This record gives sequence, C-alpha cells and structure tokens, in this order.
Amino acid sequence: MLVKGKKAALLGAAAMVMGTCVASFAAQAAEPVKIGMITTLSTGAGYLGDDMRKGFELAISEHDGKLGGSDIDLIVEDDGLKPESARQIATRMIESEHVDLMTGIIFSNVAMAVVPKVVRDGMIYISTNAGPSVLAGAKCDANYFNAAYQNDNIHEAMGQYVQDQGFKKVYLLAPNYPAGKDALSGFKRFYKGEIADEVYTKLGQTDYAAEIASLRAAKPDAVFFFYPGGMGINFIKQYAQAGLKDEIPLFGPAFSADEHLVDAVGEAAVGMKNTSHWSPDMDNAASKKFVAGYVAKYGAKPSLYSVQGYDAANLIGSAIAAVGGDMSKKDDFRAALKKADFASVRGNFKFGNNNHPIQDFYVREVVADPDGGFTNKLVGKVFSDHVDAYASECKM
Amino acid sequence: MLLFLEQLLNGLQFGVTLLLMASGLTLIFGIMNLINLAHGSLFMVGAYVGATAIAHGSGFFLGLLTGIAAAAITGMVMEFVIMRRLYRRDHLDQVLATFGLILFFNEMVSILWGRQPIAMDTPGFLSGTVELIPGAPYPAFRLAVIATGILVTGLLYFLVMKTRIGMWIRAGASNREMIGALGVNISLLYTVLFGFGAALAGLAGVMAAPFSAVQSGMGENILILTFVVIVIGGIGSIRGAVAGALLIGLTDTLGRVYIPDLMRLWLPPSVADGAGASLASMLIYILMAVVLAFRPRGLFQTHG
Amino acid sequence: MVKSFSRKSWATLAIFVLLALVPPIAHAFDNSFLITMFNRALIYAVAAVGLDLIIGFGGMVSFGHAAFFGIGAYTAGILGTHAFDGSEFIFGWTGSNDALVVWPLAMLVAAFFGVIIGLISLRTSGVYFIMITLAFAQLFYFFFVSLSQYGGEDGLSLWDRNAIPGLDLYDRDTFYYLCFAILLAVWFFLSRLVASRFGRVIIGCKQNERRMRALGYDPLLYKLAAFCISAAIGGLAGALIANHSEFVSPGLLHWSRSGELMVIVILGGMGTLVGPIYGALALFLMEEGLVSFTEHWQVILGPILILVVVFFRGGIVGFLSGNGRAAGKSGGDHG
Repeated sequence: MLVKGKKAALLGAAAMVMGTCVASFAAQAAEPVKIGMITTLSTGAGYLGDDMRKGFELAISEHDGKLGGSDIDLIVEDDGLKPESARQIATRMIESEHVDLMTGIIFSNVAMAVVPKVVRDGMIYISTNAGPSVLAGAKCDANYFNAAYQNDNIHEAMGQYVQDQGFKKVYLLAPNYPAGKDALSGFKRFYKGEIADEVYTKLGQTDYAAEIASLRAAKPDAVFFFYPGGMGINFIKQYAQAGLKDEIPLFGPAFSADEHLVDAVGEAAVGMKNTSHWSPDMDNAASKKFVAGYVAKYGAKPSLYSVQGYDAANLIGSAIAAVGGDMSKKDDFRAALKKADFASVRGNFKFGNNNHPIQDFYVREVVADPDGGFTNKLVGKVFSDHVDAYASECKM
Repeated sequence: MLLFLEQLLNGLQFGVTLLLMASGLTLIFGIMNLINLAHGSLFMVGAYVGATAIAHGSGFFLGLLTGIAAAAITGMVMEFVIMRRLYRRDHLDQVLATFGLILFFNEMVSILWGRQPIAMDTPGFLSGTVELIPGAPYPAFRLAVIATGILVTGLLYFLVMKTRIGMWIRAGASNREMIGALGVNISLLYTVLFGFGAALAGLAGVMAAPFSAVQSGMGENILILTFVVIVIGGIGSIRGAVAGALLIGLTDTLGRVYIPDLMRLWLPPSVADGAGASLASMLIYILMAVVLAFRPRGLFQTHG
Repeated sequence: MVKSFSRKSWATLAIFVLLALVPPIAHAFDNSFLITMFNRALIYAVAAVGLDLIIGFGGMVSFGHAAFFGIGAYTAGILGTHAFDGSEFIFGWTGSNDALVVWPLAMLVAAFFGVIIGLISLRTSGVYFIMITLAFAQLFYFFFVSLSQYGGEDGLSLWDRNAIPGLDLYDRDTFYYLCFAILLAVWFFLSRLVASRFGRVIIGCKQNERRMRALGYDPLLYKLAAFCISAAIGGLAGALIANHSEFVSPGLLHWSRSGELMVIVILGGMGTLVGPIYGALALFLMEEGLVSFTEHWQVILGPILILVVVFFRGGIVGFLSGNGRAAGKSGGDHG
C-alpha cells in the first residue's frame, strides 16, 4: 500500500521537476534567459545572500523584469552555507532546469565546491561575492567571471591604509580558516611595519575576552581584524566593552562593517575604519540611483552585497543585449562580459586578464545615520585601478 | 602575572555562563532521565526576547525578566506538549525528538526575527570598566555576569539541599515511585522543574546577548559545550556541573591564549599560530575523552 | 510472527526493486537529476545501515558517526588530490585514484579510528556513550577544519572521480548501479552477520551484558568488533559521497550530520537493516519536497521528526510490517 504511495510520490516528484522544464517551442528571441542563483539565505549569514539577491532583483525590476532586453527567469536556491548542498543544487539547476548561466554564491568554501566543476563543464559563472585566490590565479577559467573582488583585495587596501597612516605596531586577528589566513596575508602584503602578534581563533567563536586581554597587554598602536558576520558583531562589541575603543583604533574590511552588522553592533562600531570598493555616499549617478531605488523598494539600506548583486545583474544585462538574447552564442556572450560595458555603482570597473575586477578601493568610517541606525561614510581612496595579486599566475 | 589573573577571570566568566546552562540541563537529566538537545534553543529564546524587549524600551531589568519568562514558558510548553511523552522512552528517541525541536526553533526564530543578527546593548550602568587588576580595566558587565552566576548557583544549591521542594527533587531523582506515593503531583513538579531549568538557560541567554550576536543557531555552540560540562562533571550532579563548568571555562580560555605561545617554542610562528589555534579548539574534547577514559561516569558520579 | 516476517521481506524486496527502477524511470521522464538525488540517498543509506548495526542491534547509540563518514571521504579526497597533481603524499607515494585501492583504504582508516574511539567510548555507557562519541566527532571536525594543506574549512575538490577499470564512473547510471550494488552487498553482509552467532552475542550484550559474560563471551571485544565494522562501512560511504559530489569538506563531520544519520535510522526503523534505506529515501524526498514548498522547510521537518518519534515507534518499516518497536528501554542503555 505504502509502497504504491511511495511510487506515486516519486512520480509526483519527477513530474514536479519536469513541470519547470517543458521544452518551449516559442521563437528564439522570446525565450527568457534562465539564471540559476545559488546563495546563502539561511544560517546567521543568511542576510548576506538576501542582500545580494535584493540587489540583483532590483536591477531586473528597474528594467521591467528584463535584462538586456530579454525576459529573465531567475531561479534562487538557498545553499544553507553547506558546500555539499550547493553542489547538489548546481547539478539540479544544470541537469533539470537547464539554466543558461549561474551566479550568487557568497562564501568561498561553497564556491570552491561548485565553481571549478561547473565552469569546467562549460557553464558560465559570474561571482557576486566569493573570490578565492586559486580561481584568480592558477585555476582561472574563461567561463568564470568575478563581479565582486578577489578575496585579498579589501584586506590589501587596509594594509596600505594602515601603512600610510603611519602605524608602527599592528595586532592581527582572524578565524582559523583559509579566508582568515588569506585576509591576514593580504594585509601583510601592503603593511610593512611591525606585527605585534598574529592570532587565529576558532571559527564561530563567540567570546573574545581572552584574546582582547592578550591584545591589551601587547600594547599595539592599531588592530586589524577579519571577523565576518556574527563573529564580527561579538568582537567589536566586546572590544568596546573592554574600554579599548578609544585607546587602540580598530581597522577591518567592509565585511566586518556592513550596513546590517553596524546596526546590530550599535554605538560600539562608531568610528571604525574599514575598506571597501563602495560606500553608500559615493558621488556617482549610478550609485545615487541605486541607493534611492533600493531604499524605495525594500525599505532598508543597501550593503556591499547588494551592490555586487546589482552590478552583476547589469553586467549580465549588457552581455545579453550584445548577443540579442541568443544564449547559444557563448563566445560572443563571454566577449561581451569581458568588456564590462555597464554603468557600475562603483564607478571605475573593468576586467583584468583573469576576469577579475580592476577597480578602486576606499576607506570608510562607521557613523550614526541621521535617518536612524548606523552607516558608513567615505573617508578617502586607497587604491586606483587595483589589480589582484594572482593575475600574473593566470594563463589567460 | 597580572595578565594571567585577567585570563583567569575570563575563564571564570565563561565557566559561569556554562554553569547556568549546565545546572538546568543536569537537573533535568538527573531527575527525569531526559536528554534535551533543545536546551540551547531556550538560551536562544531568552536572548531574542530579552533583546527585543530592551530594543522596545523596556529597560534592562524588565528585559531580563521578560527573556527569562519567555524561556521558562517555552520550556514548560515544551515539557507539556512533547517531553512528558519521552520520559519513559530511551535516550535515542529523546535525542531525535529534541533534534527535531532544534530545527523547528532555529527556523521559527528566522521567520519571526529575520535572518539578520539583532542587537542588544550593554545596560548603561554596566557599560564601564572596573580596574580590579592594576592596568587592566575589566568590563563591569562581565563582572556582573560572574556575580550573577555565583549567586544563582548558591541559590540553586540552597534550593536543592535545604528546602522541601529540593527534598522532593532529590527523592524523585533516586526513587520516582516513592515520591508519587508521598502524594506529590509528580507531573506538575516536572513541568515546574523544566520551566526552572529553562529559566536558567534564558538567563544565560539574556546575559550573553550584550557581548554576542543574537542570531538563529546561537544555541548550538553553547549546547555542545554544556553537554561536555555535565558529562565531565557527572550527569545529575550540581557539584559536578560546577566543577565541569569551571574546568571547561578555564581550560578553553587558557588553552586559547597559551597553547600558541607554547607551540612557538618548537615550531616556526607561521605554523605555530595555526596549529596552536587548532589544538586549542580540540582541547576540551580531548579533556573530555581523557576524563571519561578514566572515570566513565564523570568526576562526580551520581547514577550507576 | 511468520506473517510479520514475510511482510518485512516484502518491504525489503519492494525497496530494492524500486531503487533498481530509478534510472529507467528517470530516463522515461527525461530527468537525470532524479538519479543524482536518489544516488545521494543510496550513499547515506549505506552509512545508515552500518550505523543500524550498532544502534539497533548493539544498543550503542553513537552520536558521532559522521566522523567515520568524513574520515572515509577525506581519505578519498586526500589521495585523489595527490594523484591529480602528482605530489608526494607519504613515503614517496603519490596517492591514488584507483577505487579498488582508495575505497578499501577508506574503510581501513575509518576502522582504525573506530578501534581507538571504540576502546575509549565503550568504557562508558548510556548518555555518556552518546556524548563521548559526539565529542570525538567534534575533535575530528575541528581537526579537518584546521587542516589547511587540504583546504581546511573550505574543503577539497576531488578533481577526478576514482576509476575502476572497465567502468565509467562519470556515467550517471553506472555510478548509480555501482552504489546500489554496494548497498545491496552491505545490507546482505550485515543481514548474515546479525543472524550469525556473532550477531546473537551482540544482541545478547544489549539485553544483558552480565549474562553474556557468564556464558563466557567478552562483551567489550564483540562490541568493539561491531563498532569497527560499522565505522568501516561509514568510511566506505564517505568515499562514495566524495566521488558523488566530487568534493569533501569538514561539513561532512558536523554534529548535525551525525544527527541526520541517526534520524535516518530511526525514521526508517532501527534494528531492521532495511529501515535505514527507507529512512534515507524518506528524508531526502521530504527535504526536496519541502524546499520547493518553502525556504523555511526546517520548520516543518522538525515537527515531523518529533511526530515520528512519538507516534511511529517502529519507523517506516515497523509501520509496513505491522509491528512497532517494543515499548520500554531499547537502545542507548547498555551496561
């Protein structure tokens, strides 16, 4: 009895998946472009993917559901920050949804599970956040474009800034995982002074009392830390509670000071300097239009993740327009992407030999937002047309 | 030396938070023979509700009480609806059902509060620092946490050892049938007890909120550590929970600080930092394996 | 009794026939993804059937079985990495991409750690056993998180699937039927095992260790052997999942994964060996179904698990064969 039911369920499941991929005999031009977006919507880091998706969807809605003149069929799935699930979802999108291109992954560990394989199998992938070094260097691929940054960039910018500001003895902290090690090595690539200490903490650690006590005893004149998401909230709060906020300045990447994170940290984050490729108060037309549109549509402030989603969507739109919506012209589509012929919210944006951005990096400061909550304001530029450190290892 | 004292204080503060979690969990296990994996969810409920109340201007103490009450009510409902069907089941069923509860609570919290972590600030009167140790201003809030933890533990000890309810509880732990024969309403006692354990978890949650991110899944880390604490201490023993909590709090804190330094004596710094951090993250589990290898029922055996 | 036995046999036959028919059905609907999805369930079923040996028959509730799953997967991942770039792994050996080398090795490595973990864990019992196995799994989890030369937290890509001469493992159907054959073999082996004298001793230890000792058996030795067999099967499943997703990460050892394996065993019906296969299919179909329904699918899955525990004591197979699990204490309280 139940076995029958099971079989029915199986057939039902098959039919369900089938329903989404009925072959359409409509004219070529009218066929929508299918974009598969795998991103992180659950777990504590779920807001990163959510922001990115909102940015992407804003770009589509600004063009009345189209990008580059073609209708867009956007399929969004949550990877739950599990590389294995992401791999599974990618397989499903390619095999049963027949997507034309893929995008959306936030975390490098998830990206490493999915991207090398799908681009090797001929799928075009546009990264909206993760930029692991290996994909910028030795394992770069003609099908892989990164519309965000290479992981080390934002930390490199901070290394340069701290160096320029004349700090002599910096204390470094990061979680003990590859992105943490990359962050500190990126910082040290441009900071040449003394390192007071280099501390790696357990991934997901919540209490930093011990590290902060050791830090105080080491008497550095600045602190650089890379703690994304929840870890960053905890660290910044506890740092302020220990009374160190006004004694030893904190420096970090924008990931530790995005618009939601500073709201969650509150007063303790004010004054923190962080590096990014964008700031909400950027003085360019595209950025102003984007911020206004985002606030109007979602009633929330955009973050750098929103920017990356929005820019990626417009980048894709520019390439779709170039091939007239015909996604079978893969070579032309890739060539059009490489041109980066769109108005980036970040202002200067072009692709290098390894399909990674060559862009400017800025320093921002966390301030109280007159409209409530907290936000970032631009302090100055650190790098112009910055190329990542791995481009020379890429044989493209 | 002064730094070492400060690190001891940090270890103590971590231990106290664990102790608040562990005392409830160990009582529930000792008396009802129930493994509750969802104890971390009660910690989360306390943190969320407390932070939300304070964000809406309730003031710290009212927020604290609200958080504790929310956790206690959640705990009692949990007991009434699900747990009481599991007392006579084996541990496997309990692990599974409460695992289901974790999934439910984590997702429920993201439905109600969204995916983003929410904020809770330190109460104004505790936001300063106190210079207990010369040259090392210590956050007043952390001192308050330590004090609260010690106070609550003392109160708990008094309650279990010196009052009539405590007598019932101790009797119930050793002989369930007898306590029923004394005319005590056992199922009510259990519900209240469960609510009490939940309230302690909620208290720990609200107290942890000002220096941690309040987000879905925040209960799991502390849950596993809490289990390590009560297993090392000996399940069902309050004294064991105290010993276990302090042991874990101090081992973890001091290990994080000093193992990388020790490693540098033998290894190049670039290797030592990573390896030291790795070893430090494994330390408490190694400790637990060592303790149980020699004392299979924990340091303070109550059952068996 | 005879009747219920025969019903259980029917349930067993039905699931194997159904699994054998998955590829043709999927091709009929022109949806190859179904094969991929069922293949994943098959692999989890291998690990869960192995776990059922110690939980359902030996009463050893291991909450750390994902450790062996992960160890097996990493064995395949690490050997594959060295084989791919030709670098030295150890003693001048550059790893291997040969399934007939890698998979038995994954089982051996998992069994080796099974002995170590088992020796310490089996000194404890009841809830202490549950928690110490969890602690060991956490230990290995953090070990792999910090194993930076093999990707650490980021995990490790398996650049090529393992090879078996004469078979193309990249072919979806071939790989599916290979996993299916392995599941059959594991199920058959364990069915014989629990019916043998060894199996009777294991079951006897769960019920009354003292009596087994009086009969001249050493319970620890038998339990350790069962624990190791279970670990080896977990390692094999790990090597398969590494090939299936062509990727290995510490997430495979996360404690929620150990929980998932236990869920599969209970959901399907513990102490039946065929139950976990039902459990794996049910869990993955539920996940797939609920995901398409809401992104907050865990809010539904959680209560479903609770309902199964509270009301369907024998799991799916108990329900099919018309007998729930006997009331009272079963697993978890040996010693």
